[in-house]
Amino acid sequence: MQTPATFHYERAGSVEEAISLLERHGPETRLLAGGHSLLPMMKIRLASPGTLVDINGLAELDYIRLEGDEIAIGALTRHTGVLDSAVLAEHYRIFAEAERVIADPLVRNRGTVGGSLCQADPAEDLSAVFSALRADLVVASASGRRSVPVREFHLGPYETVVGENEILIEARVPVRPGAGSAYEKVERRAGDWAVAATGAFVQLRDGLAVDVGIGLSAVGADHHSCAEAEEQLRGRELTPDAIAAAAATCRDRCHPTADQRGPVDYKRHLVEVLVTRALTRALERARGEEA
Amino acid sequence: MTATEVPVPTSPAGNPIGFGRMLRKEDARFLRGQGHYIDDVQLPGMLHAAILRSSYAHARITGIDTSAAEAHPKVKAVITGATLEGLNLAWMPTLSGDVQSVLATDKVRFQGQEVAFVIAEDEYSARDALELIEVDYEPLPAVVDARKALEPDAPVIRDDLEGRTDNRIYDWEAGDKAACDEVFAGAEVVVAEDMLYPRVHPAPMETCGSVAHMDKVTGKLTVWTTTQAPHAHRTLYAIVAGLPEHKIQIISPDIGGGFGNKVGIYPGYVCAVVGSIVTGAPVKWIEDRSENLMSTSFARDYHMHGEIASTREGKILGLRVDVLADHGAFNGVAQPTKYPAGFFHIFTGSYDYPAAHCHVRAVYTNKAPGGVAYACSFRITEAVYLVERMVNCLADELGMDPAELRMKNLLRPEQFPYTTPTGWEYDSGNYPAALEEAMRIAGYEELRREQAERRADPAGKPLMGIGISFFTEGVGAGPRKHMDILGLGMADGCELRVHPTGKAQLRLSVQTQGQGHETTFAQIVSHELGIPPEDIEVIHGDTDNTPFGLGTYGSRSTPVSGAAAAVAAQRVREKARIIAATALECSPDDLEWELGRWQVKGDPEQGKTIPEIAFASHGNLELPEGVEGHLDASVVYNPPNLTYPFGAYICVVDVDPETGEVKVRRFIAVDDCGPRINPMIVEGQIHGGLADGIGMALMEAIAFDPEGNNLGGSFMDYLLPTSLECPSYELGMTVTPSPHHPIGAKGVGESATVGSPPAVVNAVLDALEIRQADMPFTPAVVWRAMQGRPLRTDLAIE
Amino acid sequence: MQVTITVNGTETRAEVEPRLLLVHYLRNVLGLRGTHWGCDTSNCGACTVWLDGVPVKSCTTLAAQADGHAVRTVEDLDSGGELDPLQQAFMEEHGLQCGFCTPGMLMTLRALLDRDPDPDEATIREAISGNLCRCTGYENIVRAARHAAAHPTTAPEEISA
Repeated sequence: MQTPATFHYERAGSVEEAISLLERHGPETRLLAGGHSLLPMMKIRLASPGTLVDINGLAELDYIRLEGDEIAIGALTRHTGVLDSAVLAEHYRIFAEAERVIADPLVRNRGTVGGSLCQADPAEDLSAVFSALRADLVVASASGRRSVPVREFHLGPYETVVGENEILIEARVPVRPGAGSAYEKVERRAGDWAVAATGAFVQLRDGLAVDVGIGLSAVGADHHSCAEAEEQLRGRELTPDAIAAAAATCRDRCHPTADQRGPVDYKRHLVEVLVTRALTRALERARGEEA
Repeated sequence: MTATEVPVPTSPAGNPIGFGRMLRKEDARFLRGQGHYIDDVQLPGMLHAAILRSSYAHARITGIDTSAAEAHPKVKAVITGATLEGLNLAWMPTLSGDVQSVLATDKVRFQGQEVAFVIAEDEYSARDALELIEVDYEPLPAVVDARKALEPDAPVIRDDLEGRTDNRIYDWEAGDKAACDEVFAGAEVVVAEDMLYPRVHPAPMETCGSVAHMDKVTGKLTVWTTTQAPHAHRTLYAIVAGLPEHKIQIISPDIGGGFGNKVGIYPGYVCAVVGSIVTGAPVKWIEDRSENLMSTSFARDYHMHGEIASTREGKILGLRVDVLADHGAFNGVAQPTKYPAGFFHIFTGSYDYPAAHCHVRAVYTNKAPGGVAYACSFRITEAVYLVERMVNCLADELGMDPAELRMKNLLRPEQFPYTTPTGWEYDSGNYPAALEEAMRIAGYEELRREQAERRADPAGKPLMGIGISFFTEGVGAGPRKHMDILGLGMADGCELRVHPTGKAQLRLSVQTQGQGHETTFAQIVSHELGIPPEDIEVIHGDTDNTPFGLGTYGSRSTPVSGAAAAVAAQRVREKARIIAATALECSPDDLEWELGRWQVKGDPEQGKTIPEIAFASHGNLELPEGVEGHLDASVVYNPPNLTYPFGAYICVVDVDPETGEVKVRRFIAVDDCGPRINPMIVEGQIHGGLADGIGMALMEAIAFDPEGNNLGGSFMDYLLPTSLECPSYELGMTVTPSPHHPIGAKGVGESATVGSPPAVVNAVLDALEIRQADMPFTPAVVWRAMQGRPLRTDLAIE
Repeated sequence: MQVTITVNGTETRAEVEPRLLLVHYLRNVLGLRGTHWGCDTSNCGACTVWLDGVPVKSCTTLAAQADGHAVRTVEDLDSGGELDPLQQAFMEEHGLQCGFCTPGMLMTLRALLDRDPDPDEATIREAISGNLCRCTGYENIVRAARHAAAHPTTAPEEISA
């Protein structure tokens, strides 16, 4: 079978140690979390890091908890932890719906939230979820911590703002009382990457959408989202026509590319369909119409 | 018709003595992780190999520098085409009379072609060294679209062959063209369609591999290898390498699935042999998954144009087909010599009409070689797909229910044995009964009613489709006068030895890849001799310890080797009769057989059991003149004809019209493979084939981009169905024995793989209410078909 | 580097390259060849073992990552030759053919049954969706898991039921 090239291995016992190991071993160093993106890339030798810093021992980064009006999700939380989280289930159904269609249960046992975000695969699902929810991502370095809005986190495919000597430690999601959320994904087969996927949340006041978030994956959307469509809906009543108009905006503003998952016209069409479905279900949940 | 299972007595271990449900003997080791597969083979001093493969689909090699790889401290040898040329092994014969490059010398002709072979102390180092080899390529334009392979300006791929000016491999036809054309000219209705059976891959869970050990002292070559046909491999090694056949031992250990992927000899096997000769040590080479998908036997890749003629009332009059067959860069298909297109000319299917003609043109392209694999019964898969799709197209044209149209045209029971317009003699069948049974289980009328309601009120509901296919398989190749591979007749040997205490060993030429031979074949002998199946050990997969035969593929184990085992046991039983008569001091004619025992007619107290007779045969009983001692038999079974299992399948799907997603709701499969030796195993074979069909219809395909890059080179891209795409299958059966097989059995290993794809495709197209679109029905393909702008599924999506 | 891994209850120790995959540690260093591999991309699940009680793909885990942890493989399922009820169920329901995916399937399903002793068909199908099988079409694997749920011990009287 395919095997990785040689590398130097270090294990970090704390975030501080991970950072100092990154500093010590230089730019050819990669953090190893779940490893389910990195190790396959190393096996086909698309990636050959000089050093791996194993952060699987950082139990301090494996948590999901309510902190004031935010939910904090540690970067080393496994996908399974997100899927099974009671806190997330209470506030945002979008998480479990997305997690259920991420890879397969075995991969979900190892893969982590931070790893998924930092791998920055353009078809990755959690990026769309966090983008829909406008989460903040907390990045740590020797000089302290900084918070980055998720929509500024990804610089492009496989590229993020996390610097060479930095580590993503946490995602913070604002709690929006009464918000409804949903995730929609079309895949060729269970466990495949998305052909297209969308996530959405809706928060209502007096029947109007005080806040709306739309996340998009696998379709080349700027920042995994569509701010114009959100703006179209904010403060409005989410009638079927309004939702359809927003979905059409998403369709027109994304930049999908053709591959074996589908041609461009189909992916645009899917965006329209899935945004409509995700918003509609999120709305029903916000209204308490759907269990 | 329902199963008529005659109750059989049970053995002390609780197994049926003879046919019936019996738990598998092989499970005990597999369940404990004690199976012994190719990568489990460990030999002292064994070295590990890896192959450098071409990244180009078509390129001239202008230089190979292996010096850095050779300098790697753990590398023992690097073999290139130049090394092999010195041994006259740079090219090897294929199973179709072509030659194939073992390691490229002049050009590479597909992406993934073998270029260099590195042997190192461990697998990791061998792979490290691949990165140290520098190959200079001069890229050439690639032939990617098979439909353009014969254009006058197409690059000539096989310029290694003397006098080659184009990419044509062969033109072949079957049937009476003139008579067929006449029928079409006068027909009231003619429907024509183009359809592609895409390139797919058997993709067994275990990849292919080999461990070669040349013992320089004894001169003996031992090769452990994932082969479905160990004896054929031995002879081919003798021919290819010029090695003495009596000094070659092929051992096929437990095989993690074959499906036709493990029939041929691949360059890596030959290199492992050469590597062992060069290094003096055993050399192990195991494919990784990408190598498996990109270089070893793919299947299908048939571009078919079909035309079907009928009366307005739906009486089918004829079928004609034009096929463009993409064989890749080397003609490496494995099939009987006489039939370059395999058994494709069985395409007339299960219906009664006089006129048929097919024309097959095969071409070279810059893709991996192969074509016959993946449980295809020598291309009956393609044939059944063609006819079952054409019948549905005709039903659509006539506005007739596809079940009714089939029922109207199915061969009737009294027509058997039936000779088809292209010369096949179907042995037995009751086709309408099988279709009726499938429709009964499905609740066909109710399904159509539900569909009509759904169509009348489509709001927010998925589209519902019902697909039918009816297949006739031809398995058990074959009569040796008609069927050989590279001159080796397709007959199989079998040796049965009953030991003095009445326990037996059965030695087979065929090799299981999961079909349960260790159990089923013991049951065949048990059925004939009345001894418990647990007392019969099946030995296979080792050429030094089994008789010659052509191996397991084309669903031939039960029809050929199973017949051999039955005949061997029958011979032992007849010899036992003589020995029993001698012991009982009577005439053999005075004895009658009662399960496991010869007894005196009219005096059943007087008798001898098989264990008693076995002991006597090895003892001091004086045997009649001409009767040798011991109780064994050796048989070579040359089947008089193929056996023709058949079945009726119904698939129900739901399609999301907005996204194009297809969900298989139900799958009903009624199979008739004659008497079922072990119904549990037969049903397992069918289950697996149905998943194959769902996979091919919905997701499995290997496409190529304009440069010839393989777009299905890993399990991320070549999608196998998971537990979530497969429904819980609903099986039924009818039982029509084969009149010429000793126990009436017909073979079933490939039935469901052959029969199920058209059922799924017909169901999806029925849901969409369109006549034709090509597999695999991924959501994108379905949606584009609905838009009337279908995608080419053999090329990159643009 | 030196790793110490508790495998099937026994502490093992070896000097390995950091890049050594756990599947190769089990197969080649310890000779536990019941754990198979079938792909390079974490798709097939043939290599599934338990890491600290959780089923994971050992082809996508470094032996180094298992250092100081506990691994369980298919070889540990039976006790003193007596099959685990799940193994027995696979035999009873013909849940295996070529046997190659079987160890991974068993490890995944044993973990499921430990967590959820009576899973329904949908739960079983979801649980094994990362374990590919090419022989059975999954039908009898699902039945085997149901059978094991219905027969949670291998006491002889229960087997014959």
